[in-house]
Amino acid sequence: MITLNNIHKSYVMGSSKLHVLKGIDLDIEQGEFVSIMGSSGSGKSTLLNILGMLDNYDDGSYHLDNRLIADMSEKKAAQLRNEMVGFVFQSFNLISFKNAMENVALPLYYKGVNRKKRNAIAMEYLEKLGLAPWASHMPNEMSGGQKQRVAIARALISQPKIILADEPTGALDTTTSYEVMEILKEINEAGITVIIVTHEHDIAAMTQKVVRLKDGRIDEIIRNGELKAFRHTYTKELETA
Amino acid sequence: MFDLDKWQEILSTIKKNKMRTFLTGFSVAWGIFMLMILLGSGNGLSNGVAANFMNDAVNAMWIWTGETTIAHQGLKPGRPIQFRNDDYDLIEKLPGVESASGRYFMGNTRYSYENESGEYTTVTCHPELNDVEKMELIEGRFINEVDILQDRKVVVIGKDIHTALFKEKPALGEYVRINNVPFKVVGVCIEPGSTRNRNAYMPVSTAQKVFNGSNRLHNFALTIDGKTLQESQEIEERIRNTFARKHRFDVTDESALGMYNKLENYIQTMRIFQAIKIFIWIIGIGTLIAGIVGVSNIMLIVVKERTKEIGIRKAIGASPASVVGLILLESILITTVAGYIGLVLGTGLMELINYSMVQSAGDAAQQGETVFLNPTVDFGVAVAATLLLVVAGTLAGYIPAKRAASIKPIVALRDE
Repeated sequence: MITLNNIHKSYVMGSSKLHVLKGIDLDIEQGEFVSIMGSSGSGKSTLLNILGMLDNYDDGSYHLDNRLIADMSEKKAAQLRNEMVGFVFQSFNLISFKNAMENVALPLYYKGVNRKKRNAIAMEYLEKLGLAPWASHMPNEMSGGQKQRVAIARALISQPKIILADEPTGALDTTTSYEVMEILKEINEAGITVIIVTHEHDIAAMTQKVVRLKDGRIDEIIRNGELKAFRHTYTKELETA
Repeated sequence: MFDLDKWQEILSTIKKNKMRTFLTGFSVAWGIFMLMILLGSGNGLSNGVAANFMNDAVNAMWIWTGETTIAHQGLKPGRPIQFRNDDYDLIEKLPGVESASGRYFMGNTRYSYENESGEYTTVTCHPELNDVEKMELIEGRFINEVDILQDRKVVVIGKDIHTALFKEKPALGEYVRINNVPFKVVGVCIEPGSTRNRNAYMPVSTAQKVFNGSNRLHNFALTIDGKTLQESQEIEERIRNTFARKHRFDVTDESALGMYNKLENYIQTMRIFQAIKIFIWIIGIGTLIAGIVGVSNIMLIVVKERTKEIGIRKAIGASPASVVGLILLESILITTVAGYIGLVLGTGLMELINYSMVQSAGDAAQQGETVFLNPTVDFGVAVAATLLLVVAGTLAGYIPAKRAASIKPIVALRDE
């Protein structure tokens, strides 16, 4: 599904150059539930942005669904994002002057679905996430958890192959965080690849595969079977902290 | 181009951002509104004054005699100059003179009919006077050529004289006594541009014969065939030279021969209006520029404010072109509608002013006592000004929108 080969990315900050990703090799299969971890500045968000075609890379190769993602026009990238990827952000990124239903329906607008139809589909998704009563509410009338669920509904509506979530629980309390993770898990069980960036171990522990980044390189990959051990080290890390 | 869904998206955005919409629209509407008022007032003023001039022929000229003040060909200064009938024959044939009428001054004349009487001014004239002063005849006819040739004792009286002497009775065909000589009334007239109609008109030849005028004349009223200031001055010069030679006075002697050239006056006044028009245009263009700056400013802020929204839209699959299109179409829609509103309000106000001026002026307006007439703006100018603002708003929105649409969605999303 996703194949990264020696990905390099650096940002030019004035006169200095910041080498963020220093050769990332990563394979993610269809239907995996992956978390990317790492301390701040380790390049985890950059990696996610490259995966989501929100940003391009300098060197290496990125294949998505056996298609090389490189040097695409903005238009093509936008179209591909619309088809393949659903985004969930830490700060929700809902459009403030649109109500929940309209926010959810927006990706379908760019797919060319007519208004009546896309609003009906949006209602379906809101219902699935238990938000039907809030359909006509504006984002500023909803709680963080509700907003994130609206954002998830929006990510799902275009029936993407991958959900990319950048710190989806970063702005939420523990209970709400777990609820959101539960939703993401259900989505994953429906066959959609879910990739989240997080720095919270308990959140990462709910995924099947943890990719730990350190200074722009993959430090270790912990697989499903090893998660127990991960939980162990994670509690130890907590104790030492 | 026309995509119902797209317009629905734009309309819903406009509806939910009322303040932004209002501010963008207001600067356009205000600019157009002010421009309409400025240009409308300028046109109204200029039309009004032009209409006042039109009451008499604009190419009219009056010539009168006086006393010489400069010694010439051995003749002393202080010598009176006197026009005679042969001067009329002379001036009538002068190139550049269209029609001419001579006048013999009669002094006070007493008009009486039955028991009523009053003193009025008698203007003795040739039929051509009507070309110069444009009398409006309510009844009957003006003095004609036959009256002059046969020295008929006929008179055309002003409306006020008719009212004073005849009350309600018809005057046509009746005889009035002028300084005790009976004259037949052949017409009743009013002078447009005047509220007093106390003049009576009499054939000049009759007046000379009946009232001891011999062949003397005191002034001439002419219309001249000169379109430009220069042409009319040339004709003026020619007349002055002709009379100076004939009556032997110095050409430069202004008091021997007085002249008033209406065309010259008219052209000069119109020049002032030309200047005022230019001035109004400068202010109008200034207003437009202020409007353009206003729209541009707001568009810059709008795009800045929408950077994050642009990021979101792009993340979920909007192409840069669709983002730019969304912003631009919104701006075009707002500026066009607002421009139209400004146009309607501006012209509406000018029409209202026009209407109330006409109402309050009443009769006076009909007789030319108005300085404000038909304050309308050329439709093409109005539309062009609106288009200019729409284009300016579009351009001002296009550049930052293009930039915002081309930045990476993550950068746009980070923008708080």
